[in-house]
Amino acid sequence: MMEVCGSSNVTLREFGSEQSLLSRPDGSASFIQGNTSVLAAAYGPAEVKVSKEIYDRATLEVLIQPKVGLPGVRERAQEQCVRETCEASLLLSLHPRSSLTLILQLIHDDGSLLSCFLNAACVALMDAGLPMSRLFCGVTCAIDADGQIITDPTAAQEKESRALMTFAIDATERRVMMSSTRGSFSVHELQQCIAVSQKASEKIFQFYRDSVRRRYSKTL
Amino acid sequence: MKDTPLSNCERDFLLKAIEEKKRLDGRQTYDYRKMKITFGTDFGCCFVDLGKTRVMAQVSGELVTPKENRPNEGIMFFNIELSPMASPAFEAGRQSELSVKLNRQLERCLRNSKCLDTESLCVVSGEKVWQIRVDVHMLNHDGNLMDAASIAAITALCHYRRPDVGIQGDDVTVYSPEERDPIPLSIYHMPISVSFSFFQQGTYLLVDPCEREERVMDGLLMIAMNKHREICSIQSSGGIMLLKEQVMRCSKIASVKVSEITELISKALENDKKARKAGGKCGFAESMPQERITALKMDETPVEMTDVTNRANDIVQKAEAPPQTVPSPLVPVPGVGQVGQGLHNTWGLEEEDEEEEDDEEEEENDNSCEEQEETKMEEEQHEKEESGGGDVVEISDSEEEEVVILHPEKPDNAPTNTGSSSYQRGAATSKKKQKK
Repeated sequence: MMEVCGSSNVTLREFGSEQSLLSRPDGSASFIQGNTSVLAAAYGPAEVKVSKEIYDRATLEVLIQPKVGLPGVRERAQEQCVRETCEASLLLSLHPRSSLTLILQLIHDDGSLLSCFLNAACVALMDAGLPMSRLFCGVTCAIDADGQIITDPTAAQEKESRALMTFAIDATERRVMMSSTRGSFSVHELQQCIAVSQKASEKIFQFYRDSVRRRYSKTL
Repeated sequence: MKDTPLSNCERDFLLKAIEEKKRLDGRQTYDYRKMKITFGTDFGCCFVDLGKTRVMAQVSGELVTPKENRPNEGIMFFNIELSPMASPAFEAGRQSELSVKLNRQLERCLRNSKCLDTESLCVVSGEKVWQIRVDVHMLNHDGNLMDAASIAAITALCHYRRPDVGIQGDDVTVYSPEERDPIPLSIYHMPISVSFSFFQQGTYLLVDPCEREERVMDGLLMIAMNKHREICSIQSSGGIMLLKEQVMRCSKIASVKVSEITELISKALENDKKARKAGGKCGFAESMPQERITALKMDETPVEMTDVTNRANDIVQKAEAPPQTVPSPLVPVPGVGQVGQGLHNTWGLEEEDEEEEDDEEEEENDNSCEEQEETKMEEEQHEKEESGGGDVVEISDSEEEEVVILHPEKPDNAPTNTGSSSYQRGAATSKKKQKK
């Protein structure tokens, strides 16, 4: 699907998203990258439990639901990555003493899961109409055994890779908001992956723009 | 987060409408909402849309040891997850009354009706059986979760394929889907739950209540039935007294609804089978509606990376070089160990002891020039002194008796606070000496 032949043939799998597909949440979105798909729902701002109340900003809760069984350590780690990214982009101080809840339901995992979670989270927050200082997107890069960079890897490609990196890129200055890495790589490779992710993020931001334009248009 | 309360006007309005045989969404009394069944990319994943209610079921299989009283029967496990996604009133990871009720009803509907041949799940009697786990996730709560969950669960069970297992002697091999085609479960019948809600103490009856209707209803009757018109489970809740005729009427309605739903499920399964056989892509991604204004899809897009290498080079060159040298470990106080810094182990272990031993031998030769020779840190000297004190401990098994004579007063000088470490040191050195 995304063979890297020679120097420059890095692709993103086909991706898509549907917004407002659930009636109960204030904002909801599904995000699909190849076979990987995630459903996200956002609630809020709403009343907050006294124990979780923060006096000068809203409390953001991120919940990741696996497909089988109960959430474990892996889900907690991913939750933290997503929460910290969302906290950095949401204007939480506009809603002090309230709660925002973001629920991410895994539908199918075929690689690049964390970046799919990030993208779904961003679209759901957009759909909920929550004030944000910037948009963000997630891009996963894998470095295979030959040192080639693969963007948006499938599960099989992830398995064979030497290193795996996920970056959250912000839309205003294309800066790295969060990074999560696995495996070993050189500084040079890291910089290359960041540069690739920044390039790839442009495609995703363009997609955000197109989908919002389509959503608020009067005709298809 | 609390659920949005229902106001009194809304309540009165709903009840009045029901009295006039009208429903909020324009349905007739016995009508089901529009039902849609879709499948995920992998086997055993099923989505059910019942109006706005949306449920996902995922079946998974695992080899486990069977229960002792049933050594050759597979295990079925049901878990209904009331995810906060479905309604803000649901809390994650907490068993609410509703979730217990739904779980129990699903168990009664599917496990106790013996719709699945559990004996076919046995691999090695008393040792290995398949545990079939059904996880039902509520995605959107708009009433009648039970019917949606039961349809999703049974459809997912029909759709699931477990890996093939081969037995040679005592070896059990689980074949991957590439090696051997996975096997479907053997399902005897498909029990489907149908819910009836009662209003005004059982005067009015509605099929498939939506969320608003559920809030104002007096009682609920759930009948699980298969297409052979066999009742698998029946449960009445809410504390209303039902007449025999009412229950009979409900069961008649249920039999009609069940046969309709069963037909829909088999059609959906057949369509999916065809799609999979044709080799086309199927699953959630493909079921995304394209004609909607809220959905958008992008085809596979290449990422341009012509200047990526140059940019990375630029950044790496501009960045200051990382420090190549590893800072040498510093031991603040004798007896304080540091592991990890500079990848050096500063706990007193063999190599150090050997050094010290050498030092000791030197000491034996000429203990007067000790200070001049050693340019090491204070602490090491300390340690040396300690080990010198430790020598006394090891006299018993040491061949070199001269050591004792050299430092007869040392035991008194030895600091008491590091007594244990000096003892360990002594023990280590004594071992070394025995080797020699």
